[in-house]
Amino acid sequence: MAVCIAVIAKENYPLYIRSVPTQGELKFHYTVHTSLDVVEEKISGVGKALADQRELYLGLLYPTEDYKVYGYVTNSKVKFVIVVDSSNTSLRDNEIRSMFRKLHNSFTDVMCNPFYNPGDPIQSKAFDSIVSTMMVQAC
Amino acid sequence: MSPAQWDLPPELCCRPMAFVALTGLDVVYNAIHRAIWDAFCTNRRADRVPISFKVLPGDHEYPKCRTKRTSYEWYIPKGILKTGWMNKHLNLVPALVVLFYELDWDDPQWKEKQSECATKVEIVRTSLQGRNTKVAVVLIQKKTPLPPGEDLVASERASALCGACDLSGKSLFVLPHTDHLVGYIIRLENAFYEHAQTYYYNEIRRVKSHKEFLNKTTHQLLFVRHQFKMGFFSELKQDTQNALKYYRTAYSLVHELRAHETNMLEIKTMAGFINYKICRLCFQHNTPLDAIAQFRKHIDLCKKKIGSAELAFEHTAWMSKQFQSFGDLFDEAIKLGLTAIQTQNPGFYYQQAAYYAQERKQQAGQLCSHEPGVGYPAPDPLETPTGALDFYGQRPWRQGHQSIDPPDSEKEKQGILALQVKERDVLHSELIIALLSNAVAQFKKYKCPRMKSHLMVQMGEEYYHAKDYTKALKLLDYVMCDYRTERWWSLLTSILSTALKCSYLMGQVKDYITYSMELVGRGLLIVYKVDIVICDCQNEVPEPEPDCDPASVKMAQSLWSDRISLAGNNEFTIEVQDYVPFVQCKAKFLYPSFHIDEPVQLHVYVRADCPHPVRFSKLCVSLSNQEYNQYCLLEDASKEQDILEPSTQENMCLVPGKTRKYCFKFVAKTEDVGKKIEITSVGLMLGRETARYVYLNWRGGWGDAASSHETLQASRSFKRRTRLPEQQLDWDTVTIQSSTMIISRVPKISVQLTHEPPALTNEMYCMIVTIQSEEETVAKDIKLTAGLKPGQDANLTQSTQITLNGSEVCDDSHPALLPDIPLGDLQPGQKPLYIHCVSTGSRILLFHVAYSVSATVEGKDITCKCHKDETVTLETVVPFEVAMKFVSSKFEHLERVFVDIPFLLMMDILSASPWPIELVNSEVQLASSMTAIDQPQSQVEGVTLQTSECASECFLLKCPPVQNGTSTVASGHYFISWKRKSAFAETSVVRTIVILPHVMVENIPLYVHAELPSFGRVRESLPVRYHLENRTGLVQDVEIGVEPSDAFMFSGLKQVRMRILPGTEQEMLYNFYPLMAGYQVLPQLNISLLRFPNISGQLLRRFLPSRIFVKRCHGYRCRMKGFHLIICCLDCCLSNKAKMMLA
Repeated sequence: MAVCIAVIAKENYPLYIRSVPTQGELKFHYTVHTSLDVVEEKISGVGKALADQRELYLGLLYPTEDYKVYGYVTNSKVKFVIVVDSSNTSLRDNEIRSMFRKLHNSFTDVMCNPFYNPGDPIQSKAFDSIVSTMMVQAC
Repeated sequence: MSPAQWDLPPELCCRPMAFVALTGLDVVYNAIHRAIWDAFCTNRRADRVPISFKVLPGDHEYPKCRTKRTSYEWYIPKGILKTGWMNKHLNLVPALVVLFYELDWDDPQWKEKQSECATKVEIVRTSLQGRNTKVAVVLIQKKTPLPPGEDLVASERASALCGACDLSGKSLFVLPHTDHLVGYIIRLENAFYEHAQTYYYNEIRRVKSHKEFLNKTTHQLLFVRHQFKMGFFSELKQDTQNALKYYRTAYSLVHELRAHETNMLEIKTMAGFINYKICRLCFQHNTPLDAIAQFRKHIDLCKKKIGSAELAFEHTAWMSKQFQSFGDLFDEAIKLGLTAIQTQNPGFYYQQAAYYAQERKQQAGQLCSHEPGVGYPAPDPLETPTGALDFYGQRPWRQGHQSIDPPDSEKEKQGILALQVKERDVLHSELIIALLSNAVAQFKKYKCPRMKSHLMVQMGEEYYHAKDYTKALKLLDYVMCDYRTERWWSLLTSILSTALKCSYLMGQVKDYITYSMELVGRGLLIVYKVDIVICDCQNEVPEPEPDCDPASVKMAQSLWSDRISLAGNNEFTIEVQDYVPFVQCKAKFLYPSFHIDEPVQLHVYVRADCPHPVRFSKLCVSLSNQEYNQYCLLEDASKEQDILEPSTQENMCLVPGKTRKYCFKFVAKTEDVGKKIEITSVGLMLGRETARYVYLNWRGGWGDAASSHETLQASRSFKRRTRLPEQQLDWDTVTIQSSTMIISRVPKISVQLTHEPPALTNEMYCMIVTIQSEEETVAKDIKLTAGLKPGQDANLTQSTQITLNGSEVCDDSHPALLPDIPLGDLQPGQKPLYIHCVSTGSRILLFHVAYSVSATVEGKDITCKCHKDETVTLETVVPFEVAMKFVSSKFEHLERVFVDIPFLLMMDILSASPWPIELVNSEVQLASSMTAIDQPQSQVEGVTLQTSECASECFLLKCPPVQNGTSTVASGHYFISWKRKSAFAETSVVRTIVILPHVMVENIPLYVHAELPSFGRVRESLPVRYHLENRTGLVQDVEIGVEPSDAFMFSGLKQVRMRILPGTEQEMLYNFYPLMAGYQVLPQLNISLLRFPNISGQLLRRFLPSRIFVKRCHGYRCRMKGFHLIICCLDCCLSNKAKMMLA
């Protein structure tokens, strides 16, 4: 399960970011922010060759000693970042993918809300609860 | 312990090379020896064999060899690897000792020299007692040796020498000291290298042979040691593949050792060494993935092996070092050509090393914070008799001890204390910063700007902890902007708070104010000290920031009071576009343009986002024309009053979340008409001029680092713009208008154009301009500019002429635009204007009326220049079209005309003008090749043509003979004088010239014409006389026949053949007797010329009438009279002869 989930706008500012409260929130913010380097690089690298059939899931962005950072980019260049604990080896690529899919679906719902202004921070309760199901349950 | 403790020993990090000792060389006093030595040791490039040479004296003592152990049965090893072992084999124990000896084969004292050499070899052998080191002898000779086998003396003496020195033939070399020294040396080297390899091969076998004596229970350490040694020897032998194999075995063995607290450090140290060797070799073999995999495995295995909890910092230090050295290896490999990628580069290892270094610092902080009384233990437990450790990774106070529990618990405590005390003095920050800056350099290289920023923040924070505030602030300030533009407020907040502390502790007033302003501002997550800025403006020392070092705070406070006491530097200007301050501002002109006779209005909207009301003392707008600045200024009247006291000037107080509007008004100067006035900046002053004050400066009148995004979001927003109560505005709805145009006053005159479009080509087209003033005062200096509007097709300019004089036709000297026709002060009046359009098409005409008038605006008298433009699109059309054709006297169309035979020129003038045209006159001017038969006189004079009416006239012409049969001749010109018939204005006569078409003129050999009455009567004789005229100088044979006809009976020659003499005329008389009434075809006369077969009867028949009108008997004539008349009328243009005939 994830320790941090973030939604990043096209312009690379955070729309939503939540992490487990036990560890330093700031650290996760930095982790997510730095992972954008890799996301940007991957998007720009892929964008030229296969713009249409681009895989949204970017896979493992980079491993740190303690965490694994996964990325996902929607067609409108909104980025999802999921950080999981490195020790959590049971988590397979497929599960990460399905987490992203769930997140994407919920994000689409948020975007469909006529009262949501694209580019504003996400404050949806439904989205929040979806994220909660994917997070490591804090004791 | 020094930080160097954790550094890997240099003998581990270097590339092992075979060690060869050279003896018998006197490099100081003997030039030849010196040259030989230089040839060995200089210029050692990669293509030379890897050997490290050393010059040793002949009687050098090599390290003693311990007696060989015959059994390992009772042997208990004390450690894994001795500290001196690697160095011993790299630098002390040679693989080969080479003895240099000067001896020529034909030396006179051969015997003596031979025995001296043997003695020297013996000395070397003795000092190498027990070692397997080889010995070789090199004879330095002055003469060039003969090819092998030729010098019998040499081979004989060589074998004698070998025998005396107990050397094999392969170990004796000759070095002639000649020109090719380097070449000989390289050959010698290669021979030495072979010997050395054999030596190391034997050494490996020797170590391997120990294995069978070992047992798993007591000799575990030896397994590791032997594998390591074999790996190391393989490396010396340059057999890196096998070396890697041995090291890998050693690595797995080291982790099989029984690990406990006492030997944990030793195991980790050795594991680190072996890991280093493996990674190094993997990179060398160009298998970086293997290296990375090995390193990951190593870290995973060792991460949890913390060892003693009291010395936890040792573990983190060791970890940090592991990452750092791997990063170094990686970086080195990249320098040698390996390519790294964004997600796998040395930066990550340096970063992790820095992370462990931070961890170490933290642990050191916890574990080493002894009470002040605790000092370094008295008999230094870290002291060893030799000054160094025997085995790598052991504790100095219990060397060689391998049991689970420490032998002496008291000593153990002392030792740990000593280590902790030492750790306390380590400059952790320096280490961390060095590692971070390494990582920053790497991430910069691999396109990770955000990672770089993150690391720079960490560096900044570390500098802050190290109390190097200047550097900290510099770094933080550098990255702050990145986070601000990326809008990561959470991160920016944390950076700002650190930066604020730094600036406080340094007494940097401006930075302090800037940071605190941004912290209070919108977007940031924490609500910071509210009235920090206000306090600050009081020129007082601000409250210290929380969590600051107390000593530093004290220093800072004195710094601040120093700053404050200094007069002068109390004014700060902050350019807001680089920050997100807590006050927002938008300035706009009310309209995009203002007329000069109305005041320019400017609104400034200001809003505070901080949680408390803010009072400001001055608001000023600077405009591109600075003269207006004085009108856009709002100042606190109560200068001396304390700013915090509630003042009557509510106006100057900003309530959080509410937008305030300030209006300014000024009258623009008349010079600025047509110019743009821009808001260059808006300044808001906080604080008082008497004390410290801050100017917030909005360049361009609005916007800070965050506003452009906010504006975008607001524009996307679905939120309805709800009507707010009076005086309150929705901030987002305020649009920006940062510049305005000053435009001239609206003219109060009317310009009327009277004319009758369209214009006709070539005509002097009259337009009447009527100007009428509606001004209250006199309009002076009226000037009219009229003509073709500039910027149209260039052809139009050339084909349009304008004049005020309508009485004569313009020519090219007249301009297309008449500028500045002075009209003086206005009296209502008209101005006729004539335009001459040479070509058709539409053109735009411009009428520009300029004048000046005085006006009063806001009590100021100004002279305004006004102007009014009137444009009109004028269509020009062709007035009429002239069609011309040549016809025969029978009105038949003529392709060509015949010499001396009259024909008609016909003109049709078709009016295309929508207005009536009066044709004043017309005239034909014939070319020399044509003559008029009668006086050509205009037949259309005075005719007025309405639209699409047509006037025709014709002229009877004849062509004089031409030179050669056929030729094309010009006909001449046709002039039409005409004018528009208009009641509106007197127009002048225009003369239009039409060029008459060319025509073909042809000679004919025979001319035929008929004489016959104009009509016949049924059953009355009709005499017809045909004249045939020979126009050539030849006698012509002519065949004439008359075809029978139903309508006529006739008498005369039906078919005849005759001759006509040159220039004469033959007459043929026929009497036709009409049988039927009406328009009848005459019997056809067939003429054929035998001499000119190409002249057909058809052609000649053109000259003859083909039909005739036959009347009934006398009683029926009245009905046909009309026809008769028409024929008469048509015939009026026939030749005189014909006329006479008709008469």
